[in-house]
Amino acid sequence: MTKEQRLKKRHNAEKRFRFYGLASIFFALLFVLILVHNIFSKGSSAFMKTAINVEVFYDKDLLELEPGSSEEEILEADFFDITIESLLKVYPAKNMDEEDALIELFTTDAEIEIKKAFLNNKNLIGKKINLEITASDDIDQLHKGNYPRDLPEDRRRISNFQLEIYDVLVESKTITKNFNNYFFKNGDSRDPEIAGIGGALVGSFYSILICLLLAFPVAVLASIYLEEFAPKNKITDFIEININNLAAVPSIVYGLLALQILLATIQLPRSTPLVAGITLALMTLPRIIIPCRASLKAVPPSIREGALAVGASKFQSVFHHVVPLALPGTLSGTIIGLAQALGETAPLILIGMVAFVVDIPSTPIDPSSSLPVQVYLWSESAERGFVEKTSATIMMLLSFLIVMNFLAVYLRQKFEKRWN
Amino acid sequence: MNFVLIFLITIFSLSLFFYGRSKTKSIAIEKNIKLNALPKFYGYYLVLWCSIPSLVFLLIWSLFEPVIVKSIIIETAANQGAIFNDKNEANLIYEKIKAIHLGTYFGDIDNILRESALAYAKFINLFTNSKVVLIFAIVIVSVIYSLKKINKNNKARDDVEIILKGLLFVSSLIAILTTLGIIFSLLFESIKFFSVINIFDYLFGTNWSPQRAFVRDASSITAAEFEELKDAFGFIPLIAGTTFIAFIAMLVAVPIGLFSGIYMAEYASLKIRRISKPIIEILAGIPTVVYGFFAALTVGPFFRQIGENFGLTVSSESALAAGLIMGIMIIPYVSSLSDDVINSVPQSLRDGSYAIGATKSETIKKVVIPAALPGIIGSILLAVSRAIGETMIVVMAAGLAANLTINPLESTTTITTQIVMILVGDQEFDSPKTQSAFALGLTLFIATLILNYIAQRAVKKYREKYD
Repeated sequence: MTKEQRLKKRHNAEKRFRFYGLASIFFALLFVLILVHNIFSKGSSAFMKTAINVEVFYDKDLLELEPGSSEEEILEADFFDITIESLLKVYPAKNMDEEDALIELFTTDAEIEIKKAFLNNKNLIGKKINLEITASDDIDQLHKGNYPRDLPEDRRRISNFQLEIYDVLVESKTITKNFNNYFFKNGDSRDPEIAGIGGALVGSFYSILICLLLAFPVAVLASIYLEEFAPKNKITDFIEININNLAAVPSIVYGLLALQILLATIQLPRSTPLVAGITLALMTLPRIIIPCRASLKAVPPSIREGALAVGASKFQSVFHHVVPLALPGTLSGTIIGLAQALGETAPLILIGMVAFVVDIPSTPIDPSSSLPVQVYLWSESAERGFVEKTSATIMMLLSFLIVMNFLAVYLRQKFEKRWN
Repeated sequence: MNFVLIFLITIFSLSLFFYGRSKTKSIAIEKNIKLNALPKFYGYYLVLWCSIPSLVFLLIWSLFEPVIVKSIIIETAANQGAIFNDKNEANLIYEKIKAIHLGTYFGDIDNILRESALAYAKFINLFTNSKVVLIFAIVIVSVIYSLKKINKNNKARDDVEIILKGLLFVSSLIAILTTLGIIFSLLFESIKFFSVINIFDYLFGTNWSPQRAFVRDASSITAAEFEELKDAFGFIPLIAGTTFIAFIAMLVAVPIGLFSGIYMAEYASLKIRRISKPIIEILAGIPTVVYGFFAALTVGPFFRQIGENFGLTVSSESALAAGLIMGIMIIPYVSSLSDDVINSVPQSLRDGSYAIGATKSETIKKVVIPAALPGIIGSILLAVSRAIGETMIVVMAAGLAANLTINPLESTTTITTQIVMILVGDQEFDSPKTQSAFALGLTLFIATLILNYIAQRAVKKYREKYD
């Protein structure tokens, strides 16, 4: 091998090596893109819902209501008969089976929707009105194009008769797509078309709030102690080792801790944002302490010495000068810690947040779900409608995380002082 | 009640602040003396003395009250003739009594329950009253003490700072308390578990099927049941599955993470670095449940489709899908850490290598990486500990049945998956099945602790070498 050939070989090796590096970074970027694209393409349709325009006649006799009935009487009244009657008017059904098939096109909550429309306008009695009744999740998925209609009938959830009705409805433009307010407003449900993340949003909000209230002050005080006041001794070393280890303990172990101490020993209520918040706070604490200490450490000693020189006590120098300067770094570390806590699932599953909760929690001690747990729950469901719901929930979760991370970066860049 | 108490204490503390501040000012003027601290510190002093002892007392009281009331009530119920065989039935009776007291119980109420509910009401009343009285007593005593102190013109600032320093110290102790809490809660249940299951049967058993272990009471097991139990909690399949999936994950994460770390540290311009580093770190910020969803609904079926095309049977919950996605999740842990580690290799080593004519890649391979090796290994070990502690991806994508297999296309299970499977839904607390989850947790905790310890030591040693 000549000198030139050897050099060429070495240069080629150099190029290859460089290419591997670039390819790895490219692969990571590609994966982020694929993941985001996959979630968005599956989930974006969940923000719309399919509704069918139905003419409802609020028959006085069927409802057994008078004009001017009180709210309570209306709530007690039976809207089932007029619901069935209105829904059957959509398409002529010949026998009982066909009637059932027709009614199956609508959500099981159709009666409630008709009642709600009446509650909003009590003058409707004895009158006709056109309402947009939510379609069942099968029709919803079909209308959004997520459901193949060319399968043989026995492998399809929608019968030929139902498809026939659907086509007529599409032709007459009585089937429409609206903004899916149920997705944000409702709690969990077994029926995908009326299931929403309202409960999970509130549950996550309470959990993170409690986590913030507990973890932030303790983390800041602990890092101030360790950075500014702690003597160099065995106890301090032990605390530091503990914090570093806790930051690396798998999150599921915190779930076991919460199960044993918070639920079994102290007997706090199961499945509640209170327990979730405490668990997440314990888990987030070391992850906040580490960046807090780093930002305290970044404040140069001259600041402390300056304060001490004009007669401030150690406490005054720390609390009047060092802490305010370290605050942006502290806050951004806290926000990133909270963002991790918001996406945490495993410990919440162990403390029972996987329970099926329909009601939206009004206080932190009501049973509730949380966004990531809702993702887990829905991804285990068989109904096709839940796939888009799960993806849309992930979209919500990711957008919260993006906002939080941007806030953290912004805080750091805008307010943090550079010292060199 | 607690909220009212906290509110009262807060209001009282605030008013004491203003009182203390003006009081010391007037003393100073009256007696014409120089105060030992600024007036506001006397205010702070009073606030701290008024609030901290009473709030700490309230906290401790609230933690222990339910437990004590419960044991007393269960005992009185037993004295009155209530029959219960184990802890669960006792709990049930206690819940009934509580519900009767709150008026939310709609079942039949017999004499025993009614009497116990009355006793419960009596105890709750007694406890609440004594709590209020004690808290008032504590507030009064500590306020009188502190007022006396400030009347004597004490060094209020020093005293306030000592108290605050104590508060800071206590906050930093929470880390130790958490560790202790973890260790005790894991050990407590694990010891119960190992009193039923021999630790060697657990460590070396090759069969894991806890669903067979529906034994209600550990103390009254028959010999046949015992044999059955002995065989149900073998740890080997779990550790095999865990290491197998972690191994697949590392096959993905180590090359990609290491190469991108090297590229960013050695080749990338500042501009590329500034864009690509945060994007790679996004991978660590995505919640694991999202990866799990992606692995279970997209990657798993995708692999199955490909396998079918080649005539292979691929389980839709394969170790390969879970491991691959887990590997991608771990990339940033490897890349950031190795990037840092490579950056801290002194430039003089590189310059020496360039000076004798080596190319950049030769320098990296022959000089930089050997120099940074302990740090890189440390970062890989940290990533391994992430991988074995990771829960959601494997729960959603790796399967539930414990197979001993090294075929990546089959489904396997992991330690974390089994913990979740055992503890999801209703559990009875005293069954070996539930306790086995804690034994698994303890094993996991110890394993990650050892890995982290070695990794941190390695990184630290390496840092010391070049600092």
